[in-house]
Amino acid sequence: MQYVIIGNSITSVGCIESIRKHDTTGAITVIGEENHPIYARPLISYLLQGKTDEQKMTYRDEGFYQKHGVQVLTGRRVEKIEVEGQLLRLDDGSSMQYDKLLIATGSIPFIPPMKNLEEVEHRHTFLSLSDAKELEAELQPSSRVLIIGAGLIGLKCAEGILERVQSVTVVDLADRILSSILDEEGSARVQTHLEQIGIRFHLGDSVREFCGQEALLTSGKVVGFDILVLAVGVKPNIALAKDAGLAVNKGILIDQACRTSNPHIWAGGDCSEGWELLSGERRNLALLPNAYMQGETAGYSMAENEQRFENAIAMNAIGFFGLHIITAGIYQGEDLCFATEKGYKRLFIKDDHLVGCILIGDQVARGGIYTNLIRSRTDLRTLDFAMISEQPALMAFAQKVRSEQLGRAQ
Amino acid sequence: MKKIYVNEQWCLACHLCEYYCAYANSGLSDMVQALKDKPLHPRIQVEQRGTVSFAVNCRHCSEPLCLKSCIAGAITEKDGLIVIDQDKCVGCYSCIMACPYGALMPSESGVMQKCELCATNSHGLPVCVQGCPNQAIVYEER
Repeated sequence: MQYVIIGNSITSVGCIESIRKHDTTGAITVIGEENHPIYARPLISYLLQGKTDEQKMTYRDEGFYQKHGVQVLTGRRVEKIEVEGQLLRLDDGSSMQYDKLLIATGSIPFIPPMKNLEEVEHRHTFLSLSDAKELEAELQPSSRVLIIGAGLIGLKCAEGILERVQSVTVVDLADRILSSILDEEGSARVQTHLEQIGIRFHLGDSVREFCGQEALLTSGKVVGFDILVLAVGVKPNIALAKDAGLAVNKGILIDQACRTSNPHIWAGGDCSEGWELLSGERRNLALLPNAYMQGETAGYSMAENEQRFENAIAMNAIGFFGLHIITAGIYQGEDLCFATEKGYKRLFIKDDHLVGCILIGDQVARGGIYTNLIRSRTDLRTLDFAMISEQPALMAFAQKVRSEQLGRAQ
Repeated sequence: MKKIYVNEQWCLACHLCEYYCAYANSGLSDMVQALKDKPLHPRIQVEQRGTVSFAVNCRHCSEPLCLKSCIAGAITEKDGLIVIDQDKCVGCYSCIMACPYGALMPSESGVMQKCELCATNSHGLPVCVQGCPNQAIVYEER
């Protein structure tokens, strides 16, 4: 058996670990475009902030590939998947057969057109270790940094570099920050926190044109900068799959075992579009836990021990300068709001089920109890909802349920 | 594998498990020195309401969502024991987002901590269980 994985990140690790639970002998080859062994990609902002280093940010131990009997080709790009002959064409002219293939090509930066963008000399994206190192090499205490995008990537970048530069200014077309994961109140609270620490925002605005070291905004404002970071968003990297004729939408379409439309090919992680639990629709969930679990699910299926990943939901944990945020699910139905000076919580309830939550600041403790209610589709009538909405606790469950939770091997 | 299980009906809400846990993970050999006048950061926590109380700590799940969600690869499994490498942890709260039991929490230094069944400190066997006066938590195979 020849398993081949295109992509050398989180999904790939999930896949390797689950294949090896059931098939200890099949050959596994990983082809990674980056010139690094596996690393914890979301840690690149922590690297710039000095909270980790390259040694610590290895996602798995040094002996990982060897222990799992994996051959790794780094710095190698797959140029074509020939589905007829189950063959990969690589950029060095070589080719490789596969019996079972996982596409885990991740995502690529989405860059909207901006006039004269190509003429900006110090221009970066912020998705890979190389991106982080290239950005770091240019940072000076006198640097004025302009970040386009007030989402997860842009703001983590801002946090990572703020202490090392003169100023960080963030521009976003949306009229509030983190608009993909927060409600208005949540956005406002986090924005206030970030502004107090020194980040400047121009929201509901966009770059009309770059002119030397100045960005002319649609509003008429002018922002001077030395370094530009493009962090508007990401899009699934589906070029290979599309070219191979696999069914794609925004991402590569997969079923609950992470199979694509081709019987010999699986996909998972940021490049894929699988079934989301709450909407009942296919969604591209470019989030780390999802990437791992899709890779794992694909690996089980590839090793012929099929398990279905049926409770994928959006969930995020992110923090900025000590203010932590946990969000999960969808923001629909009735809602309950709790606000304190140091925190904010909003729960969304639909048809007697918790479908979403936003937890900020002092409300994040034990947040996984809420996330689990969402993922497990727990009927809220089976527990003390008044109690659990106030504070996540196992106390709110029926005694019988709790004795299972705490008295049985999980 | 032996794990900690809860006998809720025997819990006295004495919170001794929390004290023993904080002591066991303090690195100090003297319990008084470890605990006196210091904020406690136990990895086991007693929930209490009215006459009902019970201790909650890591279940060492066979499908650990914390491990699968960890963005740093800091949480690993070895022979059923789920451990966190605090050197690798960056304190992102993903494990807190994922754990269905609310069994991870920030340590004094801000990175996450969890019950490791005293296998990774100098005690070797769960000190909370040894200190429980009423067998409300037990360490056994189930």
